[in-house]
Amino acid sequence: MISLKSVSKWYGSFQVLGDCTTEVAKGEVVVVCGPSGSGKSTLIKCVNGLEPFQKGEILVDGVSVGDAKTDLPKLRSRIGMVFQNFELFPHMSVTQNLTLGQIKVLGRPESEARAKGLKLLERVGLIAHKEKYPGQLSGGQQQRVAIARALSMDPIAMLFDEPTSALDPEMINEVLDVMVELAREGMTMMVVTHEMGFARKVAHRVIFMDAGRIVEDAKKDEFFGTPRSERAQQFLSKILHH
Amino acid sequence: MEGFDFDVIERSLGYLFREGMVFTLTLTALAMTGGIIFGTLLAMMRLSAFKPLSWVAGAYVNLMRSVPLVLVIFWFFFLVPYIGAWLTGAGRPIPVGAFWSALITFTMFEAAYYCEIMRAGIQSIARGQVWSGYALGLNYWQTMGYIVLPQAFRNMIPVLLTQTIILFQDTSLVYVISATDFLGAAAKVANRDYRLVEMYTFVAVVYFVISYGLSTMVKRLQDRIAVIR
Repeated sequence: MISLKSVSKWYGSFQVLGDCTTEVAKGEVVVVCGPSGSGKSTLIKCVNGLEPFQKGEILVDGVSVGDAKTDLPKLRSRIGMVFQNFELFPHMSVTQNLTLGQIKVLGRPESEARAKGLKLLERVGLIAHKEKYPGQLSGGQQQRVAIARALSMDPIAMLFDEPTSALDPEMINEVLDVMVELAREGMTMMVVTHEMGFARKVAHRVIFMDAGRIVEDAKKDEFFGTPRSERAQQFLSKILHH
Repeated sequence: MEGFDFDVIERSLGYLFREGMVFTLTLTALAMTGGIIFGTLLAMMRLSAFKPLSWVAGAYVNLMRSVPLVLVIFWFFFLVPYIGAWLTGAGRPIPVGAFWSALITFTMFEAAYYCEIMRAGIQSIARGQVWSGYALGLNYWQTMGYIVLPQAFRNMIPVLLTQTIILFQDTSLVYVISATDFLGAAAKVANRDYRLVEMYTFVAVVYFVISYGLSTMVKRLQDRIAVIR
């Protein structure tokens, strides 16, 4: 579904991504972790072309992201993305947030888009807030709306860029619950997160990054049981032992 | 007050407001609308990753901001008829009249200032908003039109209005091309009746009341927006 082949990226002379190669199969949940500044967020933004990269190739459902001839808006409309800071549109109501993409990008009639949006809002438990504005919702609620918004486009895969990092601790679970449910339904997911509990629960594979490189790319049990690289061992011992 | 005749004001009120003030307000409103639209396009060009586009817009803004307004008014007044002739292929310059000449001038001139305001407004919108629009599959124009510009515009309303108050005052410079704006109308009466002090004092008071009233409103609006945020 998503395949990366030796993806490299530089900011000027500074290399942010080096030779990243991996694959996410259909229905697979892959967690990307690593210390801050290791390039995880940059890597996931390359997948839907929000960040350009200079070398290598990324294919999503057979379409090359880096190819200048690719219709990027069309490709992006098929991949859902959830951001660290939610990024709901603050000047639009929750319902408008959920229907904008459906109407303007997919060309769905407004009534159909609305019905779809409200169904998803129901699913993330926020139907009571349909007429509110993002600023009136808590962080956890905003992030659930953001997930619903991404799902409203019927994506073939979902990208999560640290979806719980900006949340207060008591709100993290309400967002993770939605994500776990999604994973169990068989959604293809690439998730940048520090939530190792989530990784243990639903991930198939874990990718560990350091200094712009994929240091470890292993099955979940292998990663948590016997990480091969010393760097991943250090990282795990630091975030799991407290 | 010995020697002053303030009755001249009352006698000419109708002319001053129906002719002069209508001209001034129409010019201000239209130049503001045109200036904000053109200025927003310039701001988008300035922020474009395509260098020639941002260079052209930058040069335009810097040129307009470095030339005195009176000169621009003169320059356009004498040049526009030739541009008109060139555009329509007519053999001789096409006179467009003081109003149209002034409108084109102020739209072009103010656009440079509105551009800088809108540029700051666009830059005040977090990068993530743009990403989130793109991630939904919106293209550049849709992301700008539905997400970035509405927020940038809303954030910048107080500053845009403040600039418009300056524009309102600046329109009085059209007297150099003998247009009958509020000041122009007053000047004509003043010269005809030889009541210069009375008329110019009155004009100054009216400009003050309108400008000060508007800026008080802007201040209130600003406080309200600050509370909402």
